[in-house]
Amino acid sequence: MPASITNSTTRYGWAAIVLHWLIAAIFVGQFVLGFVMMRVSSQRTAFELIQLHKSFGFLLLGLVILRIAWRLGSAAPSLPRSVGPLERRAAPLVHFALYALQLALPLSGWALVSVSMLEIPSVPFNLFVMPDLPLAESDAAESFWAAAHWYLAYAGIGLVALHFAAALRHHFWLKDAVLTRMITPLSDQDAE
Amino acid sequence: MYARIFGIAAVAACLAVPVFAAVALGDAAGSYTISPASSSIRFSIGKAGGGGLNGAFARFKGSIRIDNSDVGRSQVNFTIFPESVGTGQGRVDAFLRSDAVFDAANSPEIQFRSTSVKRTGDTTALVTGRLTARGKTFPEKFTAELGGLKSGTIRFHVTGKVLRSRYGMDVGTPIYSNVVNFDMTLTGKRR
Repeated sequence: MPASITNSTTRYGWAAIVLHWLIAAIFVGQFVLGFVMMRVSSQRTAFELIQLHKSFGFLLLGLVILRIAWRLGSAAPSLPRSVGPLERRAAPLVHFALYALQLALPLSGWALVSVSMLEIPSVPFNLFVMPDLPLAESDAAESFWAAAHWYLAYAGIGLVALHFAAALRHHFWLKDAVLTRMITPLSDQDAE
Repeated sequence: MYARIFGIAAVAACLAVPVFAAVALGDAAGSYTISPASSSIRFSIGKAGGGGLNGAFARFKGSIRIDNSDVGRSQVNFTIFPESVGTGQGRVDAFLRSDAVFDAANSPEIQFRSTSVKRTGDTTALVTGRLTARGKTFPEKFTAELGGLKSGTIRFHVTGKVLRSRYGMDVGTPIYSNVVNFDMTLTGKRR
């Protein structure tokens, strides 16, 4: 029973599921990594963790662009009938905000390294040189983007927590398939 | 070591006219103290995508001894104080001084002691020696070019490449090259 790659009107295909969890893991991992790298005492470890954070940031950006393209090309399944009117309105807003933050976080990080007077090149996973964004370098611009990146990170992790709490509520309280359909992909047999 | 160079230069003076052709054989021989005020020790490290990190050491000391009879017995010694590193970016300087790179608090000196000097041209020589940084010692080579000699002051332009990974300073590779390009102007005052 091969899993379907595309979504149906009620279920997610495996592409959406893989992208969702991969991005979720990187997103939360990046928050933890970002938190640790700013507090570690060894300058060497900090430098290496920051480069790793940049590498995963660029990976995240690529995956998010792919995910948004996929979402636009393969409509998400609709919410179950049991979902109330408030949540029916709130969920798409939170989902839109989550997509916006998934894009804004790596972009603001990219802007931050681009404007930094330190001029440290970005070489994701030591594979290739990622050019800087065409923004003017200055300490003021670096402070601005550092603050923006920091606020977006906390907003992002807050929304992830909200999204996660909603998923648990669906599974344990409402006992519907909202969480499980993001775990088990639609099979080709189901689709037929 | 340049005594012989000057001798040859003097002999060849009517063919080619090196800047120091006028310097007499015995004039360069002697012991010199490197004068930090009129010397500089600069370095650059290439980085991925072009450009590089450029810096200099503000504090160092050293001596040059040019043997009258045997160039090979000439000696160059210098000590750099890595605490004095400067790149124009305070955060980079702090990083370089920290235990990520120089560990200046625990290894306050970088030392070079020459072991051999070989003449390679009219005004150039290859200086081989032992470089010690962060407790590790390796042989290194520098090219020295005589820049001038007048009234007891001798000037050399010294260049060389050092692999930083050997001294426990490999942080940032391969984003930043392992090769450190040294470019020094050493001015010595006769003692």
